[in-house]
Amino acid sequence: MKSMALGAGLALLLLLSSAAQARGTGYVFVSSEKDDQVVVLDGKTLERVAAIPTGKRPRWLQFDADKNKLFVAASNSNRIDIIDVASLKVERSIAGVEDPEIFDLSTDGRLLYISYEDDAEFGAVEIASGRRVAEVAVGEEPEGVKASPDGSTVYVTSEVANMVHVIDAESFQVKANILVDNRPRRFAITPDGREVWVTNELSGTVSIIDAAKNQVVGSIRFQPKGFRPEDVTPVGIVMTGDGRIAYITLGRANHVAVVDVPSRRITDLVLVGRRAWGLALSRDESRLFVANGLSDDLSVIDTASRRVIKSVPVGRVPHSVVVDD
Amino acid sequence: MSTTRSPVPDTLFLLILLLGGLGTAAHGAETLTVGYLDLADDPRYRDEYREEELRGLPWGRPYAGAELAAREARFPLAAVGLALDLRHESAAGPEELPARLAVLRQAGAAAVLVDLPGERLAALAADDLLLLNVSARDDALRQTQCRANLLHLIPAEAMYQDALAQYLVARKWRQVLVLQGPAAADAARVASFQRAAGRFGLKIVAVRPFVYGNDPRQREQNNLALLTSGADYDVLYIADAGAEFAREAAYRGQLPRPLVGAEGLLAEAWHWAWERHGAPQLNKRFRKQTGRPMDDAAWAAWLGVKALAEAALRTQSRDPAQLAAYLRGAGLVLDGFKGYRLDFRSWDGQLRQPLLLTSHNWVVERAPLEGFLHQSNNLDTLGFDRPDSRCRAGGG
Repeated sequence: MKSMALGAGLALLLLLSSAAQARGTGYVFVSSEKDDQVVVLDGKTLERVAAIPTGKRPRWLQFDADKNKLFVAASNSNRIDIIDVASLKVERSIAGVEDPEIFDLSTDGRLLYISYEDDAEFGAVEIASGRRVAEVAVGEEPEGVKASPDGSTVYVTSEVANMVHVIDAESFQVKANILVDNRPRRFAITPDGREVWVTNELSGTVSIIDAAKNQVVGSIRFQPKGFRPEDVTPVGIVMTGDGRIAYITLGRANHVAVVDVPSRRITDLVLVGRRAWGLALSRDESRLFVANGLSDDLSVIDTASRRVIKSVPVGRVPHSVVVDD
Repeated sequence: MSTTRSPVPDTLFLLILLLGGLGTAAHGAETLTVGYLDLADDPRYRDEYREEELRGLPWGRPYAGAELAAREARFPLAAVGLALDLRHESAAGPEELPARLAVLRQAGAAAVLVDLPGERLAALAADDLLLLNVSARDDALRQTQCRANLLHLIPAEAMYQDALAQYLVARKWRQVLVLQGPAAADAARVASFQRAAGRFGLKIVAVRPFVYGNDPRQREQNNLALLTSGADYDVLYIADAGAEFAREAAYRGQLPRPLVGAEGLLAEAWHWAWERHGAPQLNKRFRKQTGRPMDDAAWAAWLGVKALAEAALRTQSRDPAQLAAYLRGAGLVLDGFKGYRLDFRSWDGQLRQPLLLTSHNWVVERAPLEGFLHQSNNLDTLGFDRPDSRCRAGGG
């Protein structure tokens, strides 16, 4: 009797712990710019599960906080598609968002923060109503958008002004304009919110911003041996949950750089496909998925050995990748 | 009554503070003046080029490119307390150019973009004022006529011809028949192409002069079938600054061979169909502003203003000497939306840059082509490399 109860208890515990480990579907989602769809792979087998038709030229992908919804920038349809992760269907669209590329969600999940590339504006769109509730003039060709972990600040890059704009998420006023290197693209922020890392595509660098001072306090230059400077074009960047390792895609240099965040040292370079941009870590951080825009595939990296264990075709011009696990 | 009270009444004190604040805010927008000099009547610009979509010719004045860059620079410069003022002076005739330049100098221009034919630019005395050439391709301006205070945004003729030659070599189309027009510019272009052919290993099977018109007595020189007979060649190269002859040359040669130079495949500094490195956004902005596609000189004028704005932003200064030093310095990174980090050659002030090889509505390739390597910078496979330079102006 006692052992039975113990057995049942153990089984329940196991069930709970496995549920905690794999909360999601285990799927990997990849936007395919030229196929107008989001390709869905099984994270374990890497087999294709589905292809979700979206608006034209889907690019940036982002989940809401509990990963029930997946937001997709459908650039050439001027809208944001919202995919229901359970049914794998576009459930709703926010129309009237001109040529969206990169966006972020507010920490309370209420607003969509977006750069309007053609209008030199940053905007906040209320997700429920689809209304634009704020707009802020920024430098020409704004691109990367990222909310700080505490939700108080939004960072926006301008590719032409070579600046990071620091925007107050309450008042929507520009708090600071920080000059970085050339053609700043995307962000990662340390979990404590102290450092904002931004990739500079043309300069081949990452600028490190002290978030308290709004000043550049460091820079990392990527110059892998055997590559011409013009081919080293860092764009995508993610950090591990503990903020110790950053992975940065080097674009035309066809590599992912592994950087030790505290020492700002490049510890490794992993060969991937052509023009690597988007990238995402699995929840346990054992796998890194990299979208290769010019070889139409996804490189799957084992982060322990830092080797590509598989390359999976994912449709024409894959842009972004996210993992629901 | 209190002795601790300030002699200045509080309200007045506040007013002084406010005014002081306003003063610095208004004055904080210190002005970076950029001059722009051209000729009201410049024979290089004709409305029919655009109307007839003649290739390789300007489809409008490059000034629009400068205006676009000035607008783009407004936000970042304001962030460091600078306002860019673009001052445009058009001379009624060449004799008026020195006076117009003096007006720009007096207005405090930190530098002047110059949109003039090569011989006018060569004759323009500017002392130490920094000039940025946006439209004159003449090789001589980079060589024997080079100047310490002159930077070139527009590629040299030699860069255009080297780009084309690299492409032909890459395709192994080595036998070239050259047809040369009557203009001096045609002769200069052919000379430049011959240099490129020698550098990259093309064989020019013949150079045949052509003339415009239908005069039967000149048919040996105005009839394409006759001009191309009796020779074997892989490609037909046409040097035609007017583009009129070249336009009519398509499909009319003796042999079914591609045209290059002034028709068919062209080397250009910019093209509206260029899709990479942010080009669609730039093309869209320019078209929105002007209603026409961006061309080489408009791109060069755009980049000229952008370069000055970048220098002002990075040095946080509007001092002409400091700006010039920054532009000539080793750390310069300019974004020309062509995918390379651009800077100026220290030996002749020429902007290093890729060239585009274009069809009428597509960019076929970007030069330098793969396999054309240089020991320090592949961009120096185009145009005058340091050992080829005949510039002795102490430009760097």
